[in-house]
Amino acid sequence: MIKVLFFAQIRDQLATSELQMPSDENSNVQMLLTNLKTRDEKWNKVLSNARLMVAVNQTICNDNIDLSSGDEVAFFPPVTGG
Amino acid sequence: MIKVQSEDFNQQVEYDRLRKDPSVGAVVTFSGLVRDINQGEQVSSLTLEHYPGMTESSLAEIVKQAESRWNIIDCTVIHRIGELQLLDQIVFVGIASLHRQDAFAACEFIMDYLKTQAPFWKKETNAQQESYWVDARESDQEALNKWTGK
Repeated sequence: MIKVLFFAQIRDQLATSELQMPSDENSNVQMLLTNLKTRDEKWNKVLSNARLMVAVNQTICNDNIDLSSGDEVAFFPPVTGG
Repeated sequence: MIKVQSEDFNQQVEYDRLRKDPSVGAVVTFSGLVRDINQGEQVSSLTLEHYPGMTESSLAEIVKQAESRWNIIDCTVIHRIGELQLLDQIVFVGIASLHRQDAFAACEFIMDYLKTQAPFWKKETNAQQESYWVDARESDQEALNKWTGK
């Protein structure tokens, strides 16, 4: 399974902070995003945000990175600390 | 030293910690505070959310990059989380170096990277007690670009 986390506005808009997705149907970030977007129109809209950031195993990356079971993927808006 | 904490920090304690090595000839420190007006809104308080685990590792990576570019003897990064009020301290970056140039540059570099790469998010509450997520600023991305050559 792949652990998927959502933070800040993304978590609020989806009303979800964490879920698990099967690793065999989500072999890279792009596939995972596509599958999450098919959940419903709200998920499609929120995850289509052009400024969405992705981290795999706690490192920021782009969406063509490969995934395997046990990976942790996080989706969040641009960061605003400091 | 990297710390992510809800407690406040003491400038003097952090400064003194950075000047223990006799080779240190310069200490540059930066602190960021909760400001009363942000993006046109009157702010009454803010809440800082983060991504536990990644926050610490991304700050460590930023410090590592700074250490590879400048001669840094010691470095402290403290970022607070949770609810903060006006005038509260949010972030501290302190750099100890042989000379001021390295300390100034590394301090600015770490803040520019932290602003755009470290997973913190601010939620502000305004004078009417309405809460909203703060939008990322284009100017922060532009500040980063001067280090990446974009």
